[in-house]
Amino acid sequence: MISSLYGAMESGLIYAIMALGVYISFRLLDFPDLTVDGSFVTGGAVTSIMILNGTDPFIATLAGAIAGFFAGCITGLLHTKGKINPLLAGILMMIALYSVNLRIMGQPNIPLLNETTIFSTILGWWNAWNLESIFMAPFQWLGIATFAPRSFYALMTLLIVIIIVKKLLDFFLRTEAGITLRATGDNQKMVRSFSANTSLYIIIGMGVSNMLVAFSGAMLVQHNGFADINLGVGMIIIGLASVIIGEVLFGKDKIVRMTLAIVLGAIVYRLIYLLALRVDFLEASDMKLITALIVVVALVFPNWLNQSNGKKQFKKSKARRKANEQKGEVDLASTK
Amino acid sequence: MLQLSNIHKTFYPNTPDEREALVDINQSLKPGDFVSIIGSNGAGKSTLLNTLAGTIIPDEGDVWVDGKNVTTFPEQKRASMIGRVFQDPMSGTAPRMTIEENMMISLGRTKKRSLFKGINKQVKQDFQSHLARLEIGLENRLNTKVGLLSGGERQALSLLMATFTEPKILLLDEHTAALDPSKEELILKLTRDLVEQHQLTTVMVTHQMEQAIDFGNKLWMMDEGKIIFEAEGEGKSELTVADLLQNFQNLRGKNMASDKALLV
Repeated sequence: MISSLYGAMESGLIYAIMALGVYISFRLLDFPDLTVDGSFVTGGAVTSIMILNGTDPFIATLAGAIAGFFAGCITGLLHTKGKINPLLAGILMMIALYSVNLRIMGQPNIPLLNETTIFSTILGWWNAWNLESIFMAPFQWLGIATFAPRSFYALMTLLIVIIIVKKLLDFFLRTEAGITLRATGDNQKMVRSFSANTSLYIIIGMGVSNMLVAFSGAMLVQHNGFADINLGVGMIIIGLASVIIGEVLFGKDKIVRMTLAIVLGAIVYRLIYLLALRVDFLEASDMKLITALIVVVALVFPNWLNQSNGKKQFKKSKARRKANEQKGEVDLASTK
Repeated sequence: MLQLSNIHKTFYPNTPDEREALVDINQSLKPGDFVSIIGSNGAGKSTLLNTLAGTIIPDEGDVWVDGKNVTTFPEQKRASMIGRVFQDPMSGTAPRMTIEENMMISLGRTKKRSLFKGINKQVKQDFQSHLARLEIGLENRLNTKVGLLSGGERQALSLLMATFTEPKILLLDEHTAALDPSKEELILKLTRDLVEQHQLTTVMVTHQMEQAIDFGNKLWMMDEGKIIFEAEGEGKSELTVADLLQNFQNLRGKNMASDKALLV
């Protein structure tokens, strides 16, 4: 259980990168982008084939992310220049990428277990500097060594990666270009009237979104130790679930808080996934259904909550006004 | 500053729905001119304004702004020279973003948007001093989401955002039509102040004749895609609503079609 908990945290952090990408398209650009299912695998495919051919894993990962960037740009182009409905543009790219990914990989499954990946490289450094003992020390000192993960290196690596990605994204979204990108999803007509090329912002935004998704895919194949053509099935729903869970549980107006909320949402999603797998009558294959249900609940529930909360707040403010009135009368009486 | 030569626009040509929206418009405005356009529904006022803004490309003729032929420029390219305020207060601002972020987007009209953090202390103070001129307290709410503002406040902000970067031409598309009378008065006052302060060349479309008479040094009356009556300078300042209605009747031999146009 303990090790699977850490495992859930690790994959949560990897999926968090993807969820941040989905956040850009789905929320900031208001573009429900199904390219994600394909570009996630594209990132993994490019990275794993390059690793297989002996490329440095860091460069391979970067190349995977860039491949995702171009995939996203094409979806953006289809929508802005080809005037194709966003959903359809995403579906078209998803289908097209399935074939492209198979071409890249050459086979439906690539094992990476004995290859040099980012994780194996970092494990090498980790052991060379003997960092494990530093992280283990507090656990042993408290006598809870059994609660420690088998190794900290993956968790720490991913933590650093996600912090860097989040910080970079926060910075980008608050630059002049970033502000305009966010406004594009909010009110295109207005952005155009202030001399910004909204098509360009949508294309670049979709590129950045899918770059993060592909980066996440590249990290996942290296973490799992294999790449598979079907890795991306339902990925968009996982991304949506993470975004929505994050927004509902931790969301705040500020962009810095939103990105943090989405990272946490992705981790919470993996924990829910873990718990669902522990239930006896559920099988791993039921997970897509459960994910879909999570999204449905997360989409419907906040509306109900808002309604009942609105009524509650109204009653409260009515009561307060009444109390104030009574107080006012008393004041009046006393002044008389 | 603005020159329209020989502008023609026909919608749905060669179909039963064919409609001549603009017929042979030839006009020019000098820097600092303020023209009010009136006319009934379907007279071509909005089409003319959209032709200036670039959302409609004319079938024939050229649009010149500041000595440049902008006829083929797409909307966003032209927008670097043209400021617009829309009829719907929701159209001119981005609701999920803060006031300062909205101001930042409008600041990007004149310069290229960079990959640096645009909002710094200096820029903020600048925004605040501009917002303070609206005198509705927005200068203290830089971090408020625009979606939380009222329609009048949003329209005032739109107006400020369209003007403070000093575009060559300001287009006002019935920008008070969706507001209640008190807010309308505020926006009209702000329009007068801001246009005067920045010396803007302005084209204002309105449904209300009184407004058209009150504002600007020029007046165009439109019907069926043509400018059927013009007044300028002294001739304009002596006009009354009755004169306009009489003129319209004399020229077209019918009453002004829209009830809304009579709301004076």
